[in-house]
Amino acid sequence: MATEATVLGIFDDGRPAANAAKALREAGLGQITAYSPVPDHNVEHAMHDSVSPVRTFVLVGGLVGCFLGFAFPIYTVLDWPMITGGKPLISIPAFVVIAFELTILIGAISGMLSFLGMAGLPRLTGQPAPDPSFTNDKFGLSVVCDAGQAAAVREQLEQYGATEIRE
Amino acid sequence: MSFSKINDDILRTLHAPGRWWYVGLLAALSALSFGAYAFMIQATTGLGVAGYEHPILWGIYITDFVFWVGIAHSGTLISAVLFLFRARWRTAVARASEAMTVFAVCTAGLFPIIHIGRPWFFYWLIPYPNERQLWVNFRSPLVWDVFAITTYLTVSAMFLYLGLMPDIAAARDKIKDWRRPIYKLLSFGWLGTSKQWRHYTALYGFFAALATPLVISVHSVVSWDFAVSILPGWHSTIFAPYFVAGAIFSGLAMVITLLVPMRKIFKLESYITVHHFENLAKLMLTTSLIVGYAYMVEFFVAWYSGSRFEQGTFYDRMFGQYWAYSWMMFFCNVILPLSLFFKAVRGNLAPLFIVSIFVNIGMWLERYVIIVTSLSHDFDPANWAGVYQPTWIEGAITIGSFGMFFTLFLLFVKNFPAVSITEMKEAETLDRPHEATSA
Repeated sequence: MATEATVLGIFDDGRPAANAAKALREAGLGQITAYSPVPDHNVEHAMHDSVSPVRTFVLVGGLVGCFLGFAFPIYTVLDWPMITGGKPLISIPAFVVIAFELTILIGAISGMLSFLGMAGLPRLTGQPAPDPSFTNDKFGLSVVCDAGQAAAVREQLEQYGATEIRE
Repeated sequence: MSFSKINDDILRTLHAPGRWWYVGLLAALSALSFGAYAFMIQATTGLGVAGYEHPILWGIYITDFVFWVGIAHSGTLISAVLFLFRARWRTAVARASEAMTVFAVCTAGLFPIIHIGRPWFFYWLIPYPNERQLWVNFRSPLVWDVFAITTYLTVSAMFLYLGLMPDIAAARDKIKDWRRPIYKLLSFGWLGTSKQWRHYTALYGFFAALATPLVISVHSVVSWDFAVSILPGWHSTIFAPYFVAGAIFSGLAMVITLLVPMRKIFKLESYITVHHFENLAKLMLTTSLIVGYAYMVEFFVAWYSGSRFEQGTFYDRMFGQYWAYSWMMFFCNVILPLSLFFKAVRGNLAPLFIVSIFVNIGMWLERYVIIVTSLSHDFDPANWAGVYQPTWIEGAITIGSFGMFFTLFLLFVKNFPAVSITEMKEAETLDRPHEATSA
């Protein structure tokens, strides 16, 4: 059984890291995790990351909020009918305000929770990032591959300008 | 500037901040304690210690409430609206104004509670069926307010925290003292993988898109607390846009008031430049013109309406017993900001700082004038004699609210990156000459 090796390449900039990630993917070498101090479109593109599904959660949360914002006041006025100000019990214009606020509130909460879930946060135990400089100024590619492929991975990383390579 | 220099420069603000920070914190805490002491007297004695007198049953507390909600607005304008418009200068000032937003809403949220006779029953505003199965009245603007303010607080706090998460991770990896485990916990274990960034940037965009209509709705709802009633001087359809413009105007003034000393104390001159202040001043000038226009439209509509009560209220506002407040308000909010047309004023921190202080005062007076003059001059001439005389308790609680706001803000800027590290680095990559992407 082949043992696994983890090769870490550290880059000074996003572009070489993106090129290296692209090359490694094309060569089919290992599982890549990319680290960066800022969101980097080149890296994301090279990693073939798809559009985040956060938007679906925001939409669904917003629709649920809008529904609740109308349904809840309507339920309460029918539950204990009391005419105030000579207005109809179900006063839609007044409830639009509630519906609007809840659309935003529940859309935002649902978006936040989906983000945390998909980003694997909060992540209070387990391994820290392989190098603390990834939140400072370095970009990193961590490649998990078969032990036999480690040399090829190293070579690729070197070729694309990794300033430091660790295993 | 390189990434590591940005990282080091901004994280340096988390270390010993120097004498003036401690002086500020001491002053803010003293003010806060003074306000808390006054509130204790009010809570044990009763609302009679405030200067309320029929028919003026909204006074300084509601003025403070509207003032602080207004202050909160520019933070979201800068962080969300300018983000959507891709105004890149916002990067330097966004974090501080977002934090200011959250703390101003926290402060504002206390005032309805301070204002009610039995503050320990504030939870009656929350819609749940009480012992007689009675629900809150959803047709009341005061209930809309509860929804608007709690939504605003929740969404702006989440927005602030989302932006902070990668920055707290940067602090976690850099700071070695006893705060490290706290940063570790607060960073949620952020790694900065491409997967995390992808969801992060998507959510950040959605938060900006959700916060933009929210910020407009919140002060509109606050204005409807007034406009939905039939009192002369309040019952007006322009109140919503007029209040939103005023809120952003006052909030921008507060951002300038806070950033001028913050930049000095934390030596952030190379990040928050005069250019940023000038842009803030231009926005402030624009909103000042809108506010000035709204003032004049109010008078025009009062005259044109033909309603004698409406006309009487506005005449009373300018020439009645509260005339000094109104003229002072007009000077601070309309006349003085016109000086920002001159580059010598808006591009110069000392005069700009002074203008921003006057705008803060003017916007506080605006709410006072709207609330007190209208209440004191309603439909019944027998009510017109009363003069609202605020007591020292109300003054102390107002001072205390400033104390609370500044305490929270000072603690924040000392312990969290007051300028967004991530966005500063991102702006740095955008400044580089564009190369053809090979990806």
